[in-house]
Amino acid sequence: MMDVGRHPRIKLLAYSEIDHVSGFIGNFHVKVRKKARYVDENECTACGDCVVDCPVSVPDEYQQGLSSRKAIYIQLPQAVPSAYLIDMENCLGNNPIACGKCMDACQKKCINFDMQDEMIELEVGTIIVATGMGVYDPTEMDEFGYRSYENVITSMEFERLICAGGPTEGHFVRPTDHNRPQKIAFIQCVGSRSDNRGNPYCSNICCMNTIKDTLLLKDHYPDTKSQVFYIDIRAFGKGFEDMFKRSKEAGVQYIRGIPGDVWEDPQTKNIFLAVEDTTSGKVQVHEAEMVVLSVGLEPNKEMKPLQQMLTLSSTSDGFLMESHPKLKPVDAPTRGIFYAGCVEAPKDVKDSVTQAGAAAARASIILNAGRVKIEAITAMINTDLCNYCGRCAKVCPYHAVTESDRKLGIYPKVIQAACAGCGTCGAECPTDAITMRHFTDQQIMAQIDSILAKDHMEKIVTFACNWCSYAGGDLAGTSRLQYPTNIRLIRTMCSGRVDEKFVIHAFRKGAPLVLVSGCHFADCHYINAVTWTQRRIERLWNRLERLGIRPERLQLEWISAAEGQKFSRVMKELEEMRKKVTLEEVKETISILEKEAQREAEKEKAKKLKQPSVLQTA
Amino acid sequence: MEEKLRIGVFVCDCGLNIAGTVNCEEVAKDAETIDDVVVVVRNKYTCADPGQNEIKKAIVEHKLNRVVVASCTPKIHEPTFRQCVADAGLNPYLYEMANIREHCSWVHQNEKDKATQKAKDLVRIAVARARLLEPQTEAEVPVTKSALVIGGGVAGIQTALDLADAGHQVYLVEKEPSIGGIMAALDKTYPTMDCSI
Repeated sequence: MMDVGRHPRIKLLAYSEIDHVSGFIGNFHVKVRKKARYVDENECTACGDCVVDCPVSVPDEYQQGLSSRKAIYIQLPQAVPSAYLIDMENCLGNNPIACGKCMDACQKKCINFDMQDEMIELEVGTIIVATGMGVYDPTEMDEFGYRSYENVITSMEFERLICAGGPTEGHFVRPTDHNRPQKIAFIQCVGSRSDNRGNPYCSNICCMNTIKDTLLLKDHYPDTKSQVFYIDIRAFGKGFEDMFKRSKEAGVQYIRGIPGDVWEDPQTKNIFLAVEDTTSGKVQVHEAEMVVLSVGLEPNKEMKPLQQMLTLSSTSDGFLMESHPKLKPVDAPTRGIFYAGCVEAPKDVKDSVTQAGAAAARASIILNAGRVKIEAITAMINTDLCNYCGRCAKVCPYHAVTESDRKLGIYPKVIQAACAGCGTCGAECPTDAITMRHFTDQQIMAQIDSILAKDHMEKIVTFACNWCSYAGGDLAGTSRLQYPTNIRLIRTMCSGRVDEKFVIHAFRKGAPLVLVSGCHFADCHYINAVTWTQRRIERLWNRLERLGIRPERLQLEWISAAEGQKFSRVMKELEEMRKKVTLEEVKETISILEKEAQREAEKEKAKKLKQPSVLQTA
Repeated sequence: MEEKLRIGVFVCDCGLNIAGTVNCEEVAKDAETIDDVVVVVRNKYTCADPGQNEIKKAIVEHKLNRVVVASCTPKIHEPTFRQCVADAGLNPYLYEMANIREHCSWVHQNEKDKATQKAKDLVRIAVARARLLEPQTEAEVPVTKSALVIGGGVAGIQTALDLADAGHQVYLVEKEPSIGGIMAALDKTYPTMDCSI
């Protein structure tokens, strides 16, 4: 921690939050809000004089609420930066009449009640997300009595109680009478491995953490009797099994079974635990002076806004999804962004450090290269066809298309470095003046034609976005989730690329069913391009209905890259729908759409006759 | 004058990953009958050096101007094959992939005939697209030589230190008043049983 504060090449922005992120690999533009501390971080010597006179007392979050702190405080003695701050929510007020005692006490005059939040703008080439995790709150598991009985604590509270820097200076005492407990029970998997409450996954660290705790207790107080109630002990890492053995040899009792009921003796405040020991099948009742709930880890709940700013997806457990679970475990799907630590999955200190090193190495590759290639998939505008309508500029999620002006004859322009290639402008352009490089209209039409060239009644034309739905299909593959063979995927970078005319073309060529699939709104890799997909499909549904074509034959599904199971399920459902579409219905659709096309062509012809080429010379 | 299309199709067995379900020989034979396809090669592992060498050799020998590889998802090997065709002098954007593994052999393991039929289709669709591919030039952009690390727990601290020690400018943003994260609230950590700070 100290090394960070000292390092000449690290600029630490503590008490700060990310406000906005734009740009792309190699060229991210970031706005950071540095919150006002009301204490000059550079001048404060952490002498602590200010604290003495502060009359406010609130629970200390760092000590898990087991002790109190003042409104002016330092988070922990070893804090980096080593400076106090004022918690304005609890401070009596920034006018000297109300209080202002800390100001008087500070000899260096570091305290400034008028301090404002500061916006800092950064230009960076790469971003590493290391926002960590949350810890499960066991309140909902009332059978363990966490909120009812004071002597039931969490493993996080245990850490503070046994720590020399904790509220009891490392004297391990129980909350009710401040006496040292001799019999301590640990309950494992609280909030983990449960389909009903908490989380379904294993939190990875809790078994070893409890084993460590039992050894710490034995070390501090050899007469302690610890019992551990568990489902399985997962001690898979290097040296872990040895620690488990040491704990057992030290006399810690391991009982396979999670207590079903916990109650308190009102006199002694001891806790009774009723448990079925699943090795013997017998129900036992144990008495402990204190119970420690070994709580699991959760995704960081405050992470959502940042996740959207960086266009990152989560896996079904809520942790962030990596580019590839085996081959690119620290890369985010968005180029130039990497993960370190528990933001990706629960892990211990060693694994976090290992992954941090890997993320640093991966980020260094980009920084050392000095240049990166951008895929040639951006939009190009053909000014001969453009009618200045400005729709492209309006729909672009990146503001990468400049405004046009019909009167001045200014055509819209695509800023190539800012264009991410989602293709929304290409799909929305009413005059087909936009070419999406490498995903052109002609290429996609040719794919549709090829799909429906033979046995068209058997085929389901599916548009799948590169990042989510196509990848969801890949995950169904790697997970070997079987589904019917009738689906034919056309990959586009974003579902926003799917032009109305692609769908109509597919129906005209005899498709019984068309699916457009993209990312969930929160996961869209092109900020909000997927909202244009939604609107376009709604427009299409209306159009189909008006024409007398069943709108259900056009399906819209949001499938994330983590939803292999959903992908497979949707494919099965589509196959059932496809079977219900008759050849007669398809023939009728073709005839309706042919007629519509004819009408459109005639209208177009009449329009051209009325207004001979204007503005062509502009 | 427009150049005449000369497409090469490379069908990958991927050991038994594809060939265990899809009859790759049939897929290759079918590909031979597609217009503009001038050569079809079957490989056990197209992504391995011998497979890539076959592609390079065919590009030269058959004067190929489009390449289609029927193998796995483009998310894994599109960069590999783009580089491969570029090495042989072809623009990397004149390459197209048919995903006959993740989207075919692995998800239709019990329907071998239908899976083979689908694989043939997927190759035809890829060829249809390949015909219309155009050479592209990738823009190169400079990289700002600094990194942002969001979060100052153990992982963020270690990443920031490693990057800074490697000579890069690092910005470390932490929402709490001090760095340290959850780790700093722990007493001792396993397996070394030493202090967390």
